[in-house]
Amino acid sequence: MIIDRSHPGVTTEPAVEVHDCTVAYDRRPVLWDVDLLLPPRRLIAIVGPNGAGKSTLLKAILGLVPLASGKVEVFGKPLRQARHLVGYVPQRESVDWDFPVSALDVVLMGRYGRLGWVRRPGSADRRAAREALEKVGMSACADRQISQLSGGQQQRVFLARALAQDASLYFMDEPFAGVDAATEKAMVTVLRGLREGGRTVVAVHHDLQTVPEYFDHVVLLNMRLVAAGPVGEAFTPANLHKTYGGRLTILDEAAEAVRRARG
Amino acid sequence: MSATVAAAFLRPDDWWTIATAAVCSVACAIPGCFLVLRRQSLLGDAISHAILPGLAGAFLLTGSRDPWWMLLGAGAVGLATAALSGVLHRRGRVPPDAAMGVVFSVFFALGVVLISLAAARVDLDPGCVLYGTLEIVAFDTLSVAGVEVPRVLVTLSVVLLVNAALVAAFFKELKVASFDPALATAMGFSAGLIHYALMTATAATAVVSFEAVGSVLVVAMLVAPGATAHLLTDRLGRLVAIACLSAGLSAFVGYLVALGLNTSVAGSVATIAGGQFLLAVLLAPRHGVGARAVARRLLSLRIDREDVLGTLYRRHESGAASGAELAWAIPDPRRAARAVRALRRRGLLERADPLRLTPAGLDAARGVVRTHRLWETFLSRELGLPLDHLHEASHRAEHFISPEIQRRLSADSPDTDPHGKRIPPREG
Amino acid sequence: MWDDVVRLLTLQDANTRVVLIGAGLLGLAAGVVGSFAVLRRRALVGDAVAHAALPGIGLAFFVVGERDFGAFLLGALVMGAACAGLISLVRAYTRVKEDAAIAVAVGGFFGLGIVLSRLAQNSPEGNKAGLDGFIYGKAASMIASDARLIAWVAGGALLGVALLYKELKVLSFDRDFAQAQGWPTLALDLLVMGLICVVTVAGLPAVGIVLIVALLVIPPAAARFWTDRLGTMLVLAGAIGLGAGVLGTAVSATAPVPAGMLSRGWPTGPAIVLCAGAAFLASLLAAPRRGVVAGALRRVGLRRRIQLQNLLRAMHEAAEGSPGALFEPGVELMLERGWSPSRVRAVVRRARRAGLVEPPGADDPGRGPLRLTEAGARAAASVVRAHRQWELFLIEHADIAPDHVDRDADQIEHVLPPDLLRTLEERLAASGRATVPVSPHPLPKPAPGAGGTP
Repeated sequence: MIIDRSHPGVTTEPAVEVHDCTVAYDRRPVLWDVDLLLPPRRLIAIVGPNGAGKSTLLKAILGLVPLASGKVEVFGKPLRQARHLVGYVPQRESVDWDFPVSALDVVLMGRYGRLGWVRRPGSADRRAAREALEKVGMSACADRQISQLSGGQQQRVFLARALAQDASLYFMDEPFAGVDAATEKAMVTVLRGLREGGRTVVAVHHDLQTVPEYFDHVVLLNMRLVAAGPVGEAFTPANLHKTYGGRLTILDEAAEAVRRARG
Repeated sequence: MSATVAAAFLRPDDWWTIATAAVCSVACAIPGCFLVLRRQSLLGDAISHAILPGLAGAFLLTGSRDPWWMLLGAGAVGLATAALSGVLHRRGRVPPDAAMGVVFSVFFALGVVLISLAAARVDLDPGCVLYGTLEIVAFDTLSVAGVEVPRVLVTLSVVLLVNAALVAAFFKELKVASFDPALATAMGFSAGLIHYALMTATAATAVVSFEAVGSVLVVAMLVAPGATAHLLTDRLGRLVAIACLSAGLSAFVGYLVALGLNTSVAGSVATIAGGQFLLAVLLAPRHGVGARAVARRLLSLRIDREDVLGTLYRRHESGAASGAELAWAIPDPRRAARAVRALRRRGLLERADPLRLTPAGLDAARGVVRTHRLWETFLSRELGLPLDHLHEASHRAEHFISPEIQRRLSADSPDTDPHGKRIPPREG
Repeated sequence: MWDDVVRLLTLQDANTRVVLIGAGLLGLAAGVVGSFAVLRRRALVGDAVAHAALPGIGLAFFVVGERDFGAFLLGALVMGAACAGLISLVRAYTRVKEDAAIAVAVGGFFGLGIVLSRLAQNSPEGNKAGLDGFIYGKAASMIASDARLIAWVAGGALLGVALLYKELKVLSFDRDFAQAQGWPTLALDLLVMGLICVVTVAGLPAVGIVLIVALLVIPPAAARFWTDRLGTMLVLAGAIGLGAGVLGTAVSATAPVPAGMLSRGWPTGPAIVLCAGAAFLASLLAAPRRGVVAGALRRVGLRRRIQLQNLLRAMHEAAEGSPGALFEPGVELMLERGWSPSRVRAVVRRARRAGLVEPPGADDPGRGPLRLTEAGARAAASVVRAHRQWELFLIEHADIAPDHVDRDADQIEHVLPPDLLRTLEERLAASGRATVPVSPHPLPKPAPGAGGTP
């Protein structure tokens, strides 16, 4: 087997391992004891109702929120050693779109990680950023200020920024939110291209209908892990019922009890 | 008691000053509560800075010290600050805090320039603008029902009464509008109207107070009591009451401090108000940083005790005796020893070694283990956690399960936990 | 007076030279550093830091026992940093929001500062301490060592921003992404706060506690109007700050005071702030894209275009109903669309001037019936096409009932970007409806004569 060093995703090592993670916001647990193994070279959907902790799981894996317990490994290594292998597409609402940068500037930010301190992006980085914009069909908008883009275009810019990161493992928080059908199809094509290139994509996804069409692997989440596995196995009506129906109020009440007890 | 001590030292003039400071503080605190809740605290700050050019302009235009003109000028500029900040934000897409910063600093600069350029006609000392003339309010009096009352106190009392009456009359509307502006509009109260009514009250209060106590005290008194009260209660009515109390207390204590140190009264009152806020941040019973630290500490002590109880119950259950198990539950020997001491004090553990549960201790321990195994059952059945992951997860959660949750957990649970161990019944 | 200005601008007077350079560099540094404060929505933290500086200075006076500029600045810096730290603490660990924390800090710390400065004045050396000078600032009394300090601070701040430009950019835009990328966001955050503290404290002696925040906030807010690039914004904000510093100093040194009034003259700090404020006002009004005037013009232009297009569409639809008939704008537009007579006249006038409509007779004054010119007919056809394409799109893709579609289309069609229209056309072409499509809903029948009966 040929192992491409720059993309350990090509190995068969699990892309992400989550061991018994509990995550609390403001002392209130929002994820309980999640134990998860994500295979490499797959498009992986995280689905679940609102407040199920989908974004939180992504952020916990990325080290953006502290773990109350448990640990996370990326390609068999602690995240700290694997950061350069990881790309991130945050939720669109998480940033100020009136910020004075152009679409190309935003995409260039994807290159910052590999540049290290102080060094400025050079022409090679610019080229990579333009290629990334080209891949998502946004070349024409490269020099527009980002508030002048439509919601779908903004989402595509974020995707391009992730592409410019040239990571092995991508985490995307609702990449299709506020995107029209045509853009969504185009973005899925890009994601499939990533998979063909041996990358792994983990995306929070809202539209249950498109899960089997877009994704290979699915993680069903509702404050706890309901099921995870290849779409054919895990994406069953029974599991969906457990995710979206189910007896969850107890977890919710227990979470509130934890928050109160911790003062 | 301090009041009686104070009474021995204080002359009538001192009491008038204290009364003025207190009335001013309370008058500010009332609209301030809503500024805090509505996240518009900085507007209070901005308005109180920006009224300076209004005062100076009124002087220059009318050439008189007529308080009505001053009130009008300053109030107009104060309202203009609120409105202009809003316009800059909406029309000019300037971030709201920056918009406020731009407007109030430019207005304040304008005021200082006006005062300096026309020093002879505008008889305002830039220093007094900031920290007022509380020390001398008792010299400018007017006769009310035969009693010589400081003139400022009369106006401030009117403002206080108006503010209190407004809040009392529109309490429900303010409550909804502060909590959820969209809902308020849907219910037919105009959120915009309430916003501007609140701004008007704030501006009017700031203007009247400003003359007496300077802009510093106004800034502090608008926001500090409300913020303090917000840390102490969750109810709007109590919040306003506590804010008023806090404001009055600041005035009283602040004055005594100023008298003792021979320093600025307004500054001292503002310092005390800020100090109260800091105290509340640290010590507020539920929302304070200190209270939370204490709660966490108590919680970790309780968890240790419950872990000891659980371990001993399991040992009792299996008939075995092993010290290693206790070490597993609490690896730190000092913490284990402390938990054991606490359990003995409570009569849950026998005084003598080896460790043995008293009958009361056995009941308590049964409860702990019951919760643990109920939670394990829940985790296994509902969350599908594998057997080897259950214990640790349940071990963390068991300390937080309230009787109500326990009742629901036990509603349809079997007699044994997923490991096959018996779930102890509630009563032994 | 002109002599004064010339002397000042040619930097002949050593004293004024120092003040000019100091104030200018201060404005420059504050503008650049303040840009990040404004973009990160931390604009007013600088205000709290400045107010907290006064008790710091007071404490430093009591510790050192004399007026020692270096000690004062150190005390101010320590207290300012403590204030910024407290605000972050309160925001992170309690339910009190940042704005309330800032406001309490402003009032509380400043109150403490006044208490201390009064105490200092009561002490024997107190009058020499000149603590009051910090409240409004005394730029005119700036000496070479003060200016040198400002130069060091400004140089350090600018160097820091230049070196860490890319890091600060990604931090300010998208903190989560920066952290996921591995940047130490907390340390970078603290660096920004630290820069704000240092610049604020360095500027206190010149501009004063109450107004230093203006230099942090106004130049960046003004610069933002002119550009959509962070780099350009930093340069512009620095330039506006520099300009305000220099101009304000110049104004306060040379501007005449109103005659016949006992006057303390122009205070330098407020003069600088007013200059910055003037720059802001000019930007707010005149900036090409984000400015208020440009925005108002754009809105008026859009409204006129919509009115004109509505006229053309009404004429086109009337012609569809009864070909060859003349169009009665008064009847159609006033009755159907509720336009006022004056608006109808204005729109018709503009349409005539644009050569889109004409009266049937050459010498007709144009108050009566109208017909489309050749160019007008083409324009009307394209307007109607856009309208109906959008209607079809709404019906087909957005499940909007045909009887509601007219009004929705009416609002959108005028602002459709060309590339979207092209997509719509392609879609229509694919379904074989290339020319002006037939309206998907029955058109209101043109009223025959005024008051038309149903």
